[in-house]
Amino acid sequence: MSRRYDSRTTIFSPEGRLYQVEYAMEAIGNAGSAIGILSKDGVVLVGEKKVTSKLLQTSTSTEKMYKIDDHVACAVAGIMSDANILINTARVQAQRYTYAYQEPMPVEQLVQSLCDTKQGYTQFGGLRPFGVSFLFAGWDKNYGFQLYMSDPSGNYSGWKAAAIGANNQAAQSMLKQDYKDDITREEAVQLALKVLSKTMDSTSLTSEKLELAEVFLTPSGNVKYQVCSPDSLSKLLVKFGVTQPATEAS
Amino acid sequence: MILDSHKLIAASGESGDRVQFTEYVQKNVALYQFRNGIPLTTAAAANFTRGELATALRKNPYFVNILLAGYDKETGPSLFYIDYIATLHKVDKGAFGYGSYFSLAMMDRHYKSGMTVEEAIDLVDKCIMEIRSRLVVAPPNFVIKIVDKDGAREYAWRESVKDAAVPSA
Repeated sequence: MSRRYDSRTTIFSPEGRLYQVEYAMEAIGNAGSAIGILSKDGVVLVGEKKVTSKLLQTSTSTEKMYKIDDHVACAVAGIMSDANILINTARVQAQRYTYAYQEPMPVEQLVQSLCDTKQGYTQFGGLRPFGVSFLFAGWDKNYGFQLYMSDPSGNYSGWKAAAIGANNQAAQSMLKQDYKDDITREEAVQLALKVLSKTMDSTSLTSEKLELAEVFLTPSGNVKYQVCSPDSLSKLLVKFGVTQPATEAS
Repeated sequence: MILDSHKLIAASGESGDRVQFTEYVQKNVALYQFRNGIPLTTAAAANFTRGELATALRKNPYFVNILLAGYDKETGPSLFYIDYIATLHKVDKGAFGYGSYFSLAMMDRHYKSGMTVEEAIDLVDKCIMEIRSRLVVAPPNFVIKIVDKDGAREYAWRESVKDAAVPSA
């Protein structure tokens, strides 16, 4: 009976572990990675697209970045079908809040409400927990720009720079080394692309394998979520010199 | 009644509903602050209050009319008019009840935008005087409360009937 503590999410093993939750986190380690960086004038999200085929028709331009509300966006690593469910609940929550209070939902509350849902599946069971990690980027009037990372157990925490998905430990330690406080948004984009280029398995970065999205304030003071187009992303890659790994400094 | 540190709520209407409903709003505003660590803005609290009145309206309506005042760091002072059929309005001045006819007239005549607190208290006293002299069923006592950057507080009473002094035991 070696499967005794594996099969149900709600049962502790004798060592005090929840195997299903740990396996879910393991599943995310195989998914395409995503990096989020907080800067003084915005939040940057970059993601690695795993499935790229010339035959593939995608209905949306992004497969990892989702807009939750006007002021919040998220990047996903893990099982996309699970993520779609959670993104839907997040959007519903955000709209419900706006309906009740006629103002945008504070970012942390949105993250918290979603993590409550995730936690529920580790305690009350369904068949398995959600195999998804999120990076949330957002802005609210109380705390300004924010970046949160959440995992399948329902834990979340605020970060200045965070990585999820494949090679997240390597990416995280690179971010730790190179992150500076008071970084600008452009520098954050550069850093994120550099870290992603070094941690990705593929040798050369192209705009087809990448996604870049930013949350920032327009000069008029409105929050804007902007996805970088493939063309301008290619230009950025050349500009920051990350397309040819050989030309990299440092 | 004091809603939280920087919000005041004034209610008129059926006395049972009035107490029940304002306490319900007050406790929900407090719950929000406990859960989220940040207070609701005055506008959010007003919208919440309106929403609760609107859902109740089609079931078991509360007969309460509300004036909600508050002070927020970003937006400064604000006043909201909410009536029992869940109308929400951001206003500069408002009144409910029989006395409202007189006090609204007084405020229409004498209100200027950008008044100081002292001028506003002066105007309130004018309203009270008008109610006392013209309203047959004028209540004897009034209380004035203020909310500003320093918080919500009781300012003064305008009493024409004092409680009879009770000899201390």
